[in-house]
Amino acid sequence: MTTVDVETPRSPRRAERSGRGINLEKWGWIYMRASGVVLVVLIFGHLFVNLVAGEGVKAIDFAFVAGKWADPFWVVWDTLLLWLALIHGANGMRTIVNDYASNELLRRIFKGALVVSTVVLLILGTLVIYTFDPCPDVSADQLELLPSFCGVGA
Amino acid sequence: MSEKSAGTVSAPQPDKKYPLPKLSAPKMPRGTLYRGNTGMWSWVLHRITGVAIFFFLLVHILDTALVRVSPEAYNAVINQYKTPIMGLGELGLVVAIGFHALNGLRIILIDFWSVGPRYHKLMFVVVILLWIVLLVGFTPRHLMHVFGG
Repeated sequence: MTTVDVETPRSPRRAERSGRGINLEKWGWIYMRASGVVLVVLIFGHLFVNLVAGEGVKAIDFAFVAGKWADPFWVVWDTLLLWLALIHGANGMRTIVNDYASNELLRRIFKGALVVSTVVLLILGTLVIYTFDPCPDVSADQLELLPSFCGVGA
Repeated sequence: MSEKSAGTVSAPQPDKKYPLPKLSAPKMPRGTLYRGNTGMWSWVLHRITGVAIFFFLLVHILDTALVRVSPEAYNAVINQYKTPIMGLGELGLVVAIGFHALNGLRIILIDFWSVGPRYHKLMFVVVILLWIVLLVGFTPRHLMHVFGG
């Protein structure tokens, strides 16, 4: 009589899980909740100042942004907003790609696009905030667009 | 014959003291945290609003980056946000963000609060109520800004 060697059922696919190494999925899960709580405060504050207070969306222009970023408080606020929100969003999209993109190649392409767009936008956004010039050289007909503290504006 | 016999077990016989329970399959599977009821629909809405907010965020970082190009370029693009159609789009954005934020806090309470899973349905009702309060406060104010009041 022949015997068939049956492997132990229900053993973990990867047996090297011995307590060492970082569980990235766990930290991603924790990140969504930790950043989520902070983002509730940051985004509702952002929405209030930009859409509700004063004249709301009608008040937003170059001088409005220059006025906000003249205060380090809003520089820090917007930097945190950029990093926490974009990584939170990208990680959420990664979850959705994992759930719905069943094709291995397609999944890799989507995740690659996510990583590239996230890194590019984080660098771009951070550079914009920290190299921002509230009083740039502009032609005479645009001087009125500058904030009043530049000394030349309206 | 195997030498490792499990022996014999007699089937339980019904008797008057311990009658066999009457079992019947439920017509519908009992709802779990996620299947069927509020748990599932809050999850669906959380995904849809999350994706929508993500794509707005991509655009919003790019339009804000125009402050580094020129005041004229930034103002030209940001003025599009003041048009009636985009004004309604901003209302939709706040609708999405409001739900995603409040339901996200509910998810956190389900995960970390010891009795969170027990109250997940009640918390969903609270989320919807707070959502309505938020929108009742925001909508008229924003529409006044956009359509000029």
